Parts: sequence; structure tokens; C-alpha cells
Amino acid sequence: MEDRKLLDIKNLSVVYNTEDETVYAVDGLDISLNRGETLGLVGETGAGKTTTALSIMRLLPQGIGKVTSGSITLDGKDIMKASERDIRAIRGNVVFMIFQDPMTSLNPVMTVGNQILEVLRIHNPKMTKEDLDRSVDDMMNMVGIPVSRKYEYPHEFSGGMKQRIVIAIALVCEPKLILADEPTTALDVTIQAQMLALIHDLQMRLNTAMILITHDLGIIAQNCEKVAVMYAGEIVELGQIERIFNGELKHPYTRGLFASIPKLDSKVKRLEMIEGLMPDPTIQVEGCRFAERCKFAIEACKDAPCLNEVESDHLIRCHLYDKSDGGRQ
Amino acid sequence: MSDTLIEVRNLKKYFKTPGGLLHAVDDVSFEIRKGTTLGVVGESGCGKTTLGRLILRLLDATSGQIFFDAQEITNYSAKKMLILRQKMQLIFQDPYSSLDPRKSAAESIGEPLRLFKICRSKDEYESKIHELLKTVGLADRYANSYPHELDGGRRQRIGIARALTLNPDFIVCDEPVSALDVSIQAQILNLLMDLQDEKDLTYMFITHDLSVVKHISNSIAVLYLGQCVEYCESDELFRNPMHPYTQGLLDAVPVPSLSGKKTSKEIMRGELTSPIEPKPGCRFAIRCPKVSEKCKIRDIPLKEISEGHFVACTLFE
Repeated sequence: MEDRKLLDIKNLSVVYNTEDETVYAVDGLDISLNRGETLGLVGETGAGKTTTALSIMRLLPQGIGKVTSGSITLDGKDIMKASERDIRAIRGNVVFMIFQDPMTSLNPVMTVGNQILEVLRIHNPKMTKEDLDRSVDDMMNMVGIPVSRKYEYPHEFSGGMKQRIVIAIALVCEPKLILADEPTTALDVTIQAQMLALIHDLQMRLNTAMILITHDLGIIAQNCEKVAVMYAGEIVELGQIERIFNGELKHPYTRGLFASIPKLDSKVKRLEMIEGLMPDPTIQVEGCRFAERCKFAIEACKDAPCLNEVESDHLIRCHLYDKSDGGRQ
Repeated sequence: MSDTLIEVRNLKKYFKTPGGLLHAVDDVSFEIRKGTTLGVVGESGCGKTTLGRLILRLLDATSGQIFFDAQEITNYSAKKMLILRQKMQLIFQDPYSSLDPRKSAAESIGEPLRLFKICRSKDEYESKIHELLKTVGLADRYANSYPHELDGGRRQRIGIARALTLNPDFIVCDEPVSALDVSIQAQILNLLMDLQDEKDLTYMFITHDLSVVKHISNSIAVLYLGQCVEYCESDELFRNPMHPYTQGLLDAVPVPSLSGKKTSKEIMRGELTSPIEPKPGCRFAIRCPKVSEKCKIRDIPLKEISEGHFVACTLFE
């Protein structure tokens, strides 16, 4: 029987070494994901969301990005130890990444049909030409692009259509995990709604798991089962979506994030805001990384808090919820 | 004296393209009262930004009239416009590309002061800059920082300070928060609203984000392919959206709560059609779930359905 667990990341730390400084991008990250599940990864610019995804793909910029500790197990294989040849077989076949900008992630001098075909051919060298063509046509139908447009180039398509092609390329080999890095940020809301519905539909059909990276809590609410909130390279809150959105217990940062979005269904005069900025990622902060901006900071915040289980399926990294050191709830 | 600061009548802007005339803004009319905010919403390519630039006369209109403080400025000369621009300013979308990378914060903010020779002494100039930095919530130590040393939120604060330098009455904010993270977005939105209260500013707030526009606007104009399809008070629009496009747009916004989870809601189909030489009739017709034969015959004018609520749709004729 297949293992239910698809992805298991343990204690992952990633740094970027540039000429004159070291950026601590991800620090001690644990995530696990079951087959067919969707995890939302939320956080602001620089929180380490994309770095996490790139580590899973082993696509960190060479010579700069470096995994300093931890392990990543994907579909029973150790990604960190896999050979270059194995990792190529894994990319595309087991895990696929959809990037933010559909305008730049397609090859401008190759017809879209060929771009879908290319992935399929590389991973299935034994397939016949007819089978390959048929799969490409099926895939185009599935994402809602007329097969007659197969021989057109990316510049002939609109932004939404391009993202459909990217999705077709991503799914043609039926990967087990999709890493979608802000897949709809560059699109208009009506197109965004179409895209998310399409991804969801295909996910159901193919039982694909997904890590959806976004800064939009609305997208998370509509599409995910689990949520991980990242702040300055750490997960500060992790849990089932109902716990995060409807529960009483919240990390102060998550609380701040929710309060700072203008709501469609209620009117407030002033938005609550989180004062200040995320700490400089080149400095390793001692203690809680959010303490400086936190309204509830207490003496204990000088020591780094752990990710504690505050209720079933809900972890929070905050001293306020840490029973062991006598914090209040 | 009327309390209308900006009035636009039948404003049109057509661009010549190899494929024909591109109708960027097509027959738009509205007014903005003093001290209020008009939100302009729509998807990319609907003419929001062009509209903002037309009002500031950074682009010349093809036809129509623009009034500022009851004076028609549509045909003001460049020289007259230069003086008037002290009263009307623009805040740009991208704080990364809208600041001169070789000017420090203080130089950027002070440039309009030097240009219009407003300050008589160096002390006056410096105290004015100090005051502006304080207004937008930047510490003095950033005065000599260059844009690349600052994050997006602080850069946008410089952009705002620069727009405020000459004490304008009217500011066009062109997607001022869409490049920023949510927590920073809230800081900037609060700042803009505080400034409005303090200085009685009038804003035209251009955005594609409906929740932001609801938060900041008094009235809202929804644009679709260069035309205004719905125009009314902000609360009324969200309580009672009438145009099928507005309804679809509101439905498409992902709501950050589980109760509003979209399971069976209609998703608007199709994409924006080309604004080049559009056919007569409603431009939204081919995407519209309630389309009928009537929609394709002639252009649909904006009509007052109930008091102050204008809709351009055959359903209400």
C-alpha cells in the first residue's frame, strides 16, 4: 500500500551566502503533507515561502543558496541525497512548480503545443508520437484551450491563457505534488477565480497535492485544507484551516495579518496595523522574531519560543500559548 | 459656491494603433466632491490609469471636458497647467521605479519646492522637508537615504511626501498599495486617510482591489473596457450591486473567511475583449450571464436607476 504521507520536511534551514553577507532565509522548518492535500503557505515578502519551495525542487541558486540542515523526503525519496539524474526525473514527474509570472515562465520561441509535449517526452521516452500528441490534446482540452491553438506562440495568448498553458505543462505528467508560487498574483480577479477553480478541479481529478504560496488570506480560505503562516524564516502557526480562520487561539502575527486586511463585509474607520517591519534577515535574532512588533510581548519573549501544539491539529510558536513556561492563554 | 472639486464630462481618449482606434476611455462622466474619495475599479486594460492621467492633463483628451474647481482646464496651456499642477498631484503604483535612484529622500521631496522657488531660505527649505517627513511618518534619519536603501513601504511614504510637498487639493492615487505587503498596505491606507482628514484632500483612488476601494472610497466608479458601467456611493455599491459585471467582480474576490466559501458560486467566464474599434452595444455582453438581444444593438448609456445610483445595463431600461 502506498504511504499516505507524500512530503516530509524536517528541520530545514537554508541560507544565502552573498559576497558580504549571509541571509538566513529559512530556519528549522517542519512541514508534512499527505497525498491530495492542499497546504497554504502565507507570509510577507521575505518570509521564506519561495525558498522553501525551491528547496523541495532543489533549485536554490547555485553557489549562493545552501541547505545547512534538515531533510526533505518526497514520495519516499530523500531529495537532499538524490543524484542530479534522479532529481531530474523527480522534477516534472513527481513535483512541479508553477511560478508567479506566466509572462516570463514560458519559452517565447516555442509553440505552446511543443512546450507541453517537451515535458511529456522527456519523462516518457518510450511513448509513441501518436500517444504523445493525444495526451497533449487531452491536456489542452482539460485546461480549456482550443486544440486549434496548439501551434501558436506564447505572445499570442492573454495572461490568463498563458497561465492555463503553464498549468497544462505542470499537470501533463500527473505529478503528485504541485508547488504553486503566487500563481494568480499577476492576474485580474475574475481570471484569478477561473484559474483557482481550474487548478482545484484538476487536483480533484488527479489526486494531486499542492502547496499554495500566497500572501492573500482570501485565496487560502477558498482553496486550502491546511495553513502554515511563515514569519522571518520560521513557521509561526500551522494547522487545519478551521483552526486558523475560526479558532480563538491565534499567533499575534496571524491576528495582525487578519486585522490588517480591509474587509468587504464590514466597515471600519481605521485598519489595525502591525507596526514596524520584518527583522533584517542577515541578522540572527535571539528570542521571538516577532517580539519587536508584537503588542503582547512579555519578558519570556527574549527566549525563542517553540512550535507548541495548542489544540489538536493546531501549532503556534508563541510564549502566550506555551504551558510549560507558565505563559497565559 | 459648489463643493465639487473635479468634474469630468463625456471624457474620451482614443489611441491610434496599427489595428485601428483603441478606445481607452470612452465617454466617462463623474464628479468628485471636495474632501471625498472617488474609487475607480476595474481590471487591467479598462482605462483606469489613462483616466487618471487625463484628469491631470498628462495626456490630452480626444474629446470631453475636465473641470477643476469649476474652471474648465481641458484646453489649458502647458504654462497654465504647470501652475495648476501645484494643486493636483499623483502617487504612483510602484515605489521601486517612481523615485529617482540618484536622489536622496530629502532631495526627492524637496524637488518641487526648488522647482517652484517656494522657500526663501535654506532653513525654511529644511524645516519644510523635516515637517513633510514627519507628516508621512518617516524618521529624520531617512532624509539622506537613497531609494535602494529603503523598503517598499518607506519608499511609498516618500512618494506620498513628494505629492504633498506643494499642499495640493487633489491627488490621483494610482494603485498606491498594490505593490506592498498587507501589513504595510494597512499602514499606507491609514496614512492616506489621516492625511485626508487633516488637510481636507480630495482623492481619486485607482485600484483593482475591491476590498481596498471599499475601505477608502466615498463613491465608486466601475470601469469596463473604457466605459463606466456603474457609479454610486460606496456603501450602496457593495450593498446593492446592479450591473452584472460588478456582481461578477464582487463574487470573484476571495473572501478571507470560511463561511463565505465559494462552492457553487458562478464564476465569470471569458476575458476582456479588445478595446480596439469595439462594436456597438454593451462591451460586457459576451461575458454576461444575463445577456439578451437588446444588448448588442446600440451603446447603453449610464442611467440613474435610483437616487445617485447609475448603471449602464439594458436590464434596467
